[in-house]
Amino acid sequence: MIDVKELTAKINELAEGMRPTTVMEVCGTHTHAIMKYGIRQLLPRNIRLVSGPGCPVCVTSQADIARALTVASRKNVIFMCFGDMMRVPCGKQSLLSLRDSGADVRIADSPMAALRVARENPSRDVIWYGVGFETTAPATAAAADAALQTGVRNFSILSAHKTMPAALRALLGKGSRVDALLCPGHVATIIGSDAFRFVADELKKPAVIAGFGAQEILAALAIITAMIKKGEVRCVNAYPTAVTASGNEAAMKLLLRVFEPCDAQWRGLGVIPESGLALKGEYKALDTATRFDLFDNIHVPDDDRGCICASVLRGDAEPENCPNFGVACTPTTPLGPCMVSGEGSCAAAYAYGGSRV
Amino acid sequence: MDDGKINMTHGSGGEAYRSLIKEIFLPEFENQFILPMTDSAVVPAGVRVAFTTDGYVIKPLFFPGGDIGRLAISGTVNDLAVSGARPLYISVGMIIENGFEKEKLRAIVRSMAKTAKEADVLIVTGDTKVVETGGCDGIYITTSGVGVFEDNITPPRQIPMPGDAIIASGYIGSHGVAVMAARAELDFTPPIESDVRPMAAAVRAVAEVGVRINAMRDPTRGGVASVLLEWAEAAGASITLEEEKIPVRGDVASACSLLGIDPLYSANEGVVLFSVAPDDADAAVDALKNVPGCKAAAVIGRVGDDGADRGAVRVITKYGTYRRVMPATGVLLPRIC
Repeated sequence: MIDVKELTAKINELAEGMRPTTVMEVCGTHTHAIMKYGIRQLLPRNIRLVSGPGCPVCVTSQADIARALTVASRKNVIFMCFGDMMRVPCGKQSLLSLRDSGADVRIADSPMAALRVARENPSRDVIWYGVGFETTAPATAAAADAALQTGVRNFSILSAHKTMPAALRALLGKGSRVDALLCPGHVATIIGSDAFRFVADELKKPAVIAGFGAQEILAALAIITAMIKKGEVRCVNAYPTAVTASGNEAAMKLLLRVFEPCDAQWRGLGVIPESGLALKGEYKALDTATRFDLFDNIHVPDDDRGCICASVLRGDAEPENCPNFGVACTPTTPLGPCMVSGEGSCAAAYAYGGSRV
Repeated sequence: MDDGKINMTHGSGGEAYRSLIKEIFLPEFENQFILPMTDSAVVPAGVRVAFTTDGYVIKPLFFPGGDIGRLAISGTVNDLAVSGARPLYISVGMIIENGFEKEKLRAIVRSMAKTAKEADVLIVTGDTKVVETGGCDGIYITTSGVGVFEDNITPPRQIPMPGDAIIASGYIGSHGVAVMAARAELDFTPPIESDVRPMAAAVRAVAEVGVRINAMRDPTRGGVASVLLEWAEAAGASITLEEEKIPVRGDVASACSLLGIDPLYSANEGVVLFSVAPDDADAAVDALKNVPGCKAAAVIGRVGDDGADRGAVRVITKYGTYRRVMPATGVLLPRIC
């Protein structure tokens, strides 16, 4: 592979005289890697990188968090989730503050771990909080399937899973200022590179699937720059070591057996049709929301904190444009979810000093 | 989020922890010895002695590479050692939960004795209380320690000087990751081992070759990042690290990337950071390399001497780009994917 120095030189050479170009990435790990490696410092001024809604924690709606908090504080419940959901604020509460005040909220690294806890605690209600895109949803599907096959009755799933293509369609449509897309490598390993072809074919924007090392990200940006320069619009898989055209078919098959698309509310973006994943058919029996009646009776605290999360998630604004950034909103006292998750644009910008390097 | 209650964030060694100390303890206990907030207080008592105390509430009690007993001795020995004192005597206070298994207690005590021997300190006094079931979580241990300043060793002023070399005594970040992996039952094979060990010998080795040590610390909770940020602020200078020079064990690096943790923020229990005069850096590293647990000792960065970016800590990546190191925030939580 060409090294970072050569790629940097190549991009800078290609970009000479090019119109100002905005490239969006929609993967928390990309956001993190770009900050960690200082990629922006290597790019010419006319290439601007923005972070889209690639952090699953950040796009989880206030209502979904309120539902989680409500059920997690019920008696006899063991509520299990990924670590970075713990600090997301909802009103004055978070899963972390619930745990501190005595609720049984536990961090798990996989839904299978939650299922194991359910087997070990047959008299308790064990709930897995399913959050994430196509990368984590198959694992939830596998746990759902195992629970149903083996008759684990005290296990249920609160699904806030979302799918990436539907969101991209909504985000990159008319009026979008984004010129090209750095496609999420992890999601692509599951859904395949073909699933991103619509970005080029229908939305008429270059799309390149990228890995997560500095070289891989720069190589993808070089391809994008070359396409913009020549006026080409294609979908290119620049992460062929992990991504195939059709993706992980076994995972997709399982996903489609357990889940069906549903309308989902995204923080900052509103309701996007068919962009969520709801349990379907016989798996509906595992639905936490139905089992615990978590519908209209949930109190959702006011979400107006003066944050500009919506603009940040759409790539219209930088974290540092937010009046709260680094002042009222820091990783210790996050106001918005983009500051909570390590993968959130605001947290990544804060952790690596943003433009203050 | 200050809701008037003590919560887990206050125990994490970051900003919340320091502000709690400043808000509640320092105003009440204020005296000239406690105020510098160093790892041991240095008090006049005929000879100059260093005196420190620390509580251990770790979960799980036994983890790859160590246990609460080894931790309780090493932690106190290390606090004394980085003050420039020779650790001598340790006291042990135990709070044990009703029903705690005797065999576990014996294993912990044996581990304490072994570690004390390794560190060349004596456990000279102690106290044991048993509380009702649920009154604590198994066993809590508090150790206090006393050390003396030997004539040939000048205690460091604990403020880095412009131009200093920053040295890590060995691989960083392993304790935090080892405990997190054990707690989350992440079955890494082979398991990631904590670095917990007494570091008095390492400090002595550096001091004995005449290295001018301006500051030394053991970067426990909050990791290397938190110590360097405090140093940069105290020195009124910037500190720049070279990412490629920072020693991180391969298994720790992989686990960190899996868990979404930066090793700079992960706790250490067997690492000392030194800020030494630049001309003495090589001698310090050479001296360390002969000490058990320190074969990866390296100069990892420099204290700026141009007066720019006071208080800032930066990392130069292997690509020649920079990123800032910011204060740690609350409890370290593994991230999603």
